[in-house]
Amino acid sequence: MKLQVMTANRLSDGAVVYLDGEGRWTERLAEAQVTLDPETQSALERRAEAAVRGQEVVGAYLFQVDSSSGTPEPIGQREIIRAGGPSAGTDLTPSSLRI
Amino acid sequence: MYRYDEFDQAFVRQRVDEFREQVGRRLSGELSEEEFKPLRLMNGLYLQLHAYMLRVAIPYGTLSSTQLRKLAHIARTYDRGYGHFTTRQNIQYNWPKLADVPAILDELAEVEMHAIQTSGNCIRNTTSDPYAGVAADEIEDPRVYAEIIRQWSTLHPEFSFLPRKFKVAITGSPHDRAAIKVHDIGLRMLRNEAGEPGFEVVVGGGQGRTPVVGETIRAFLPKNDLLSYLEAILRVYNLLGRRDNLYKARIKILVKQTGVEEFTRLVEEEWQAIRQGWELELPDSEIERISRYFAPPSYGEAEPIDFGFVTAQRKHPEFARWARCNTFAHRQPGYTIAVISLKPEGGIPGDATAEQMEVVADLADKYGFGEIRVTHEQNLVLPDVRKAELLAVWEALEAAGLAVPNLGLITDMIACPGLDYCNLANARSIPVAQRIGQRFNDRALVEELGPITLNISGCINACGHHHVANIGILGVDKKGKEFYQITLGGRADEAAAIGEIVGPAFSYEDVVDAVETIVTTYRGQRQSGEAFLDTYQRVGIQPFKEKLYGTR
Repeated sequence: MKLQVMTANRLSDGAVVYLDGEGRWTERLAEAQVTLDPETQSALERRAEAAVRGQEVVGAYLFQVDSSSGTPEPIGQREIIRAGGPSAGTDLTPSSLRI
Repeated sequence: MYRYDEFDQAFVRQRVDEFREQVGRRLSGELSEEEFKPLRLMNGLYLQLHAYMLRVAIPYGTLSSTQLRKLAHIARTYDRGYGHFTTRQNIQYNWPKLADVPAILDELAEVEMHAIQTSGNCIRNTTSDPYAGVAADEIEDPRVYAEIIRQWSTLHPEFSFLPRKFKVAITGSPHDRAAIKVHDIGLRMLRNEAGEPGFEVVVGGGQGRTPVVGETIRAFLPKNDLLSYLEAILRVYNLLGRRDNLYKARIKILVKQTGVEEFTRLVEEEWQAIRQGWELELPDSEIERISRYFAPPSYGEAEPIDFGFVTAQRKHPEFARWARCNTFAHRQPGYTIAVISLKPEGGIPGDATAEQMEVVADLADKYGFGEIRVTHEQNLVLPDVRKAELLAVWEALEAAGLAVPNLGLITDMIACPGLDYCNLANARSIPVAQRIGQRFNDRALVEELGPITLNISGCINACGHHHVANIGILGVDKKGKEFYQITLGGRADEAAAIGEIVGPAFSYEDVVDAVETIVTTYRGQRQSGEAFLDTYQRVGIQPFKEKLYGTR
């Protein structure tokens, strides 16, 4: 099994968000719920589907992370950039939101 | 410039009102994302990696200073203080909020702008020569015909749901500065034996995962037949183009599968039927009516040789370099076309801050009849600058960080937004462009290297035009890591060619060294007076392979 985190884009502004342990959407990957358990993953999917129906988020999906350092870190360049914001630009995500 | 008539104004306003209602229904939950997506795309609104992205149309790349100031205002008010000029001569905002988009479209409508035909499977905004109307080598101003195509194509009931997006490019000069051979339809103005202007019609070009140089299906089309002939091409494509496979839906695949001779026969047959059916001939009076919008400004008396300009170049070597690199021959004596590079060394190709847009708008008002162009190479143009005032323009650009002397040189890179922003990308483009810009930061060396086009795409969709670059870089994903495949020998002009893959891809870390090796190889091989492409065509790909890969 692989460690997974639920992510989506927020409907109002498209921001990258993650589902935390309380069922809330957070912009900080560090606050996301990380799980190996298939039942918990199914629960995350149900919550995400409800949030899609409730106009909170769009395009929800689970993705794989590595949490060997103690905090979840994305695997693969696409999720690294989604989590950290553009790696180049005058519009870099504020450092407070960086992973 | 073209000015909206009552119909245009009412149509754009209605569209904003309609979209405001659609956004409201989406936010309230009346519309699901599946229902809303095609509606937002019809208004240029994408959902990218980190945010929504709004693509605003700049038809045929022509802007007034008022419009550019509005784009700056939108960047500052609704976005993060900048915009990104694209290879479609448009501008993209990377961070608008969904609820703000109707207000942005309202602001755009105030200055006769919109985001229509910038997305979706419709006839997209027609692109054109950025030097239209002022180039010394031009037959006629292609914007007249681009505007006529816009009026014909917007909301065309038959062509609103094509198999796939459809792009038309048009040039009024024999020398192609609009990359017409890599568009679904390319129109190149030329004269027939009687000296009458008309169009060579090229069909089935394109980039993406199947790059194709378009084929000429009509050597000469009279101007008055432009719309009926376009209608015939679109009709054949709409009927026969594939709708079952996204990757095989563009007209280039249809032309390849049908064969150009049979495709041409089908178009000609349809054209005859259209011409017999109803009147779709473009009357001279309408061409003249639209032409009046694009009438040249009052240039005044032609000036004799301007010794002030010559003296200024002697006094200011950096100005002289910029004047050499970034100006182009104007049809009016005493005037020049000044190109403002948006490719500072280490910068982001095509990005301009709100402040920079305002500087350019002010310069256009003060020195250039209030007009600006956007190039498909992601630069801006002041099309009508008096040579006597070029030094003052350069000084103002220099102060704003906009006087980069690299037009057509290796650092004048086209780069798509890549994986830093785009949902489709496999690899980053912008940091690669920045690192290449930093590596080649010696302006004397860059000029000495001569014309080299270097384009970067972050995925096979090729928004960064890598296929038609002298040095093309394509980002690919290998097990979650970014790699870059290099092609050589592509070009986008009237002798358009697709670049040849030089060998295995390079890692993110190694790709800039590979570019430098290519440049070093060229310098070692070139003969006097040769540009990169000349040397490449003479020596072939092998010397580059050997230097890049050794005995591998």
